[in-house]
Amino acid sequence: MRISCPFCGDRSSGEFSYIGAANGWRPANGSGQTPQQEFEAVYLRDNPAGPHEELWYHAYGCRSWLKVTRDTRTHEVIAVRLAKDAVS
Amino acid sequence: MRYSIYSLIRQALRGHRGWTPAWRDAPPKPSYDVIIVGGGGHGLATAYYLAKVHGISRVAVVEKGYIGSGNAGRNTTIIRSNYLLGGNVPFYELSMKLWERLEQELNYNAMVSQRGVLNLFHSDAQHDAFARRGNAMRIHGVDAELLDLDAVRRMAPFLDFDTARFPIKGGLLQKRGGTARHDAVVWGYARAASNLGVDIIQNCEVTGFLRQGDRITGVETARGRIHAGKVGMAVAGNTSRLAKMVGLRLPIESHVLQAFVTEAIKPLIPGVVTFGAGHFYISQSDKGSLVFGGDLDGYNSYAQRGNLPAVEDVCEEGLALMPILSRLRMLRSWGGIMDMSMDGSPIIDVTPIESLYLNGGWCYGGFKATPASGWCFANLLARGESHQAARAYRLDRFARGYILDEKGMGAQPNLH
Repeated sequence: MRISCPFCGDRSSGEFSYIGAANGWRPANGSGQTPQQEFEAVYLRDNPAGPHEELWYHAYGCRSWLKVTRDTRTHEVIAVRLAKDAVS
Repeated sequence: MRYSIYSLIRQALRGHRGWTPAWRDAPPKPSYDVIIVGGGGHGLATAYYLAKVHGISRVAVVEKGYIGSGNAGRNTTIIRSNYLLGGNVPFYELSMKLWERLEQELNYNAMVSQRGVLNLFHSDAQHDAFARRGNAMRIHGVDAELLDLDAVRRMAPFLDFDTARFPIKGGLLQKRGGTARHDAVVWGYARAASNLGVDIIQNCEVTGFLRQGDRITGVETARGRIHAGKVGMAVAGNTSRLAKMVGLRLPIESHVLQAFVTEAIKPLIPGVVTFGAGHFYISQSDKGSLVFGGDLDGYNSYAQRGNLPAVEDVCEEGLALMPILSRLRMLRSWGGIMDMSMDGSPIIDVTPIESLYLNGGWCYGGFKATPASGWCFANLLARGESHQAARAYRLDRFARGYILDEKGMGAQPNLH
């Protein structure tokens, strides 16, 4: 499985660390979240069988945070962009 | 037909043409008291105990493929009850006790082999941590022994004792732990359940749920609608997909775990050995292959296969533990879908939706739990209350702060 890093090009997935689902799972401090919303953000997951938006960290490369869209059924990488450019 | 030495001789004299199917390939009835979604070890064990212990036999096990085609057919066969936390030890020990009499109870050879599980440790701190776990086991009446270096050397001379990087200091041994033949466990439970009247319905994927107001009243399947008083989900890695059909989001991520076998060799490894300076476990099947595995690949997956970086990592750990492995050829590798929970511990509980019950979140430790999972899930379905041994496995524990974080890794499923 290869991930196309915007800076480094196609790299083996072994160069990256995986954090998990990218859909706003860490609410900002003081953003007015209720305990229920915080609980859901920390503990609940969509976990789809299909295209999945997730965060990867290029640990052994340029150390960028990447937002990757990848199909969890086939491991096909559909899209990769820098996390800071992908508004979540 | 009861299996025995006499039935074997009788059938042998008839050229083995008289064996009957081990379970009925039942067509779905219009309704049942209980539908179990998922024909793996846990689902079938649940159905068996519902019929055997609770007298509820109007039960159907609905399986999308063939029974045992999921993780029950893919694991590395280890059974043990060497856990640390008080919420876990009694449950896995219940399972261990059920394993010990399973073959007699099911009249089926599941090759339960209590050959010992040895967890190696490689530092003074790890020695203390493992001693603590051994004491936690003993407090709950479970067998545990702390071996020093000499005892490990006698038990497992094939390990590398000269390594300066991962020096073996000793090991925590559970003698009663060991292995069991995973496919046989599925077939044994299927046969016993079917003999008690449970319908096993294969090639019948659940595509939706039937509802009446807020209650679940059955399932929509590829083979039509089936009504039920209660529906229990036991689908491991596919739990989130099934739950989504009723709008339920769960504290579960599905991850791939790979496992491997080598070519068959003469007896080398007598029990199960695990590496303490990483995550690697190895044993030897009766056929002679070495069966081993390690960490998850680390990313969400439903593919039932992993990638090469994980293969390399697992093999590196194996070679660090046993350089003798370097001469062997790997025969086969495969993957399963692990239902990784947010604390690494399972869920056996009611859901917020009436008449819908959940058994999942087994991570990569579900096989050893098969008998107790079935026992406790059957208890919940039959009596409407958690079994004593599973009372910590609540779905709401994450919201309430009662997580069972055996590994101490936090809400990071790929680290459990």
